[in-house]
Amino acid sequence: MNGVRLTLLILIAIFLALLPISRRFAMRYARLALLLVVGTVIMLPFVWLICASFKDKAVLNEYTFLPPPTKISAQTINLDNFRTLFEPTATVQGPVSFWRYVFNSIFLAATGTFMSMVFSSMGGYALAKYRFRGRAFILTFMLASMAIPGVVLLAPTFEVIWRFGWMDTFRALLIPGAVSVFGIFLFRQAILRVPDDLIEAGRIDGCGEFRIYMTLVMPLVRPMTGAYCLISFLAAWNAFIGPNIFLQSQGNLTLPVVLNQYITVFEQQYGVFLAGTLLAIVLPAVLFLSLQREFISGLTSGAVKQ
Amino acid sequence: MTMPPMSSVRPPPPRAVPDALSAAADVGPRSDRGRRAYQARTQAAPYLFLLPYFLTCVVFFIYPLCYAAVLAFYHTDGAVRKVFVGWDNFRFVVTDPDFHRALRNTILFTACSIGIQLPLSLGLAMLLNQKTDRLKNIFRLIIFAPNLVGQVFVGILFGMLFAPRFGLFNKLLQALIGWGLEERWLADPVLVMPAIVIASLWLYVGFNMIYFLAALQNVDQSLVDAAKIDGAGPWQTFLNVTVPAIAPVATFVLVTSTIGSFQLFELPYTLLQNNNSGFGPDNSGLTIVGYLYRQAFESGDLGTGAAVGWLLTCIILVVSLVQIKLASKVGSER
Repeated sequence: MNGVRLTLLILIAIFLALLPISRRFAMRYARLALLLVVGTVIMLPFVWLICASFKDKAVLNEYTFLPPPTKISAQTINLDNFRTLFEPTATVQGPVSFWRYVFNSIFLAATGTFMSMVFSSMGGYALAKYRFRGRAFILTFMLASMAIPGVVLLAPTFEVIWRFGWMDTFRALLIPGAVSVFGIFLFRQAILRVPDDLIEAGRIDGCGEFRIYMTLVMPLVRPMTGAYCLISFLAAWNAFIGPNIFLQSQGNLTLPVVLNQYITVFEQQYGVFLAGTLLAIVLPAVLFLSLQREFISGLTSGAVKQ
Repeated sequence: MTMPPMSSVRPPPPRAVPDALSAAADVGPRSDRGRRAYQARTQAAPYLFLLPYFLTCVVFFIYPLCYAAVLAFYHTDGAVRKVFVGWDNFRFVVTDPDFHRALRNTILFTACSIGIQLPLSLGLAMLLNQKTDRLKNIFRLIIFAPNLVGQVFVGILFGMLFAPRFGLFNKLLQALIGWGLEERWLADPVLVMPAIVIASLWLYVGFNMIYFLAALQNVDQSLVDAAKIDGAGPWQTFLNVTVPAIAPVATFVLVTSTIGSFQLFELPYTLLQNNNSGFGPDNSGLTIVGYLYRQAFESGDLGTGAAVGWLLTCIILVVSLVQIKLASKVGSER
């Protein structure tokens, strides 16, 4: 750790040495150095997390990252944390394996994403390509509804779900989230660019309205669909308040809720819940890397005209 | 997925169109029945496409919203029993010292995320805003990466990073400025809020940077060049060309991050979980939504929860309207 200050001093020294030689070059170097420092700081928690997940609990606090190469052995670096994590834990409803939570999370995020992708794009298509009574009102209403913080609805929604008898079921999370106003706007934005002539041509050729949406419009907005699916998947995957309130039996819980529990359960061997956290980050990271270009353009499409 | 029923009412099947001439004739008078069917289905279609939205909107937005207005005036015990209490819930909340604490913490956090995080995001975006594409893309990815991690996981992760003596953050601080190795960030009432701000900085700095970067990339380069030719220094160019050009996006980022900051909950909730003290010692990490959560779902008083929700909505509405007004005023003065 003593190297940290030294590294920073060296970086500054190089900058000062470059400055009299060429100002321009020094500035370019400064930009790169600054970015490297920022990038390192941002990546450090990830690196630490990966190291901590594989360290044996005996040496967890001994080394900041990994033990020195001479000390690496099965005693210091192993899969014990993961093994403990996947051991079925006894609950009131019988033993539950960690796989169960992984499955719940994947199922909820995937199903929720698919549903809200279909319904939101349908809404977006209607608002982009039809002139009908109440359209302006619906658009204004949607914008206004986005301004209301979701937590206001938390207490009354709890009662609605309770009355429907949906407590402790996945329906409680899937159905209220089946249509997203944000998604409708995102799809509307993208579908506005689809030429009207194409849709008209489809009608003349005898396509039903739903088929026009399915086979003509949706393929043209595929980048936006990718972006929206990723945004929606991430939101569902990381969701905490909803699952924490509505899901009750241990076998129904999702990863964020369970890992939050594990902080107190595995207080003495925190490598276990860090290993779980690592697993919970890996899947969205893989998805993101494969879709990152669409994702970023989708995020900014509402705010920045391109 | 079922097909909307309207698509079964089809206009007469398209006639074989031999050439462009008869296609033009097709636009002319059609059979009356066909046109009416066509009009009926294009008129009904948008409502059918929006049907899922209407349904969920009524059941899970309009009804709960109205119900929240009612609920706020009732004393409730879980979802079963309730008694009308008038303004008592609001009276209780505004005089509750815990709520004052939550309000102070939330305002402090919002001020920090506007005052520290947004300038940093803008700075990083400007650092990245160059023609050289590869560097930009790689670092944009790296700086954005924490956003994939949910607040809960960030809370878990930073709960460990802030550990005295062994935590990475404490070790780094010790190496840099020779202080901080033994600090108990999450157990010291003075340090809890700074710890939350630092964790959220790591999480969100890249998010707003993406917006600023997209806006900066859209700044008209010819304006920048013209300013340079007219002898404007980099600072003047920034103030007079860049700032007006990114003002709309900056306003958007300002308002959305204010709204987001006021709703902070999951990060402190998990970050402070390890100390078994709820929201940190002395409620030092309690936020407004944290207070709402505790009242409504841990104490089972949904009525007070609804009242807090309304208070929060009013606060957010007032603050964002003031921000939008101010931003447009600043914009019109330029």
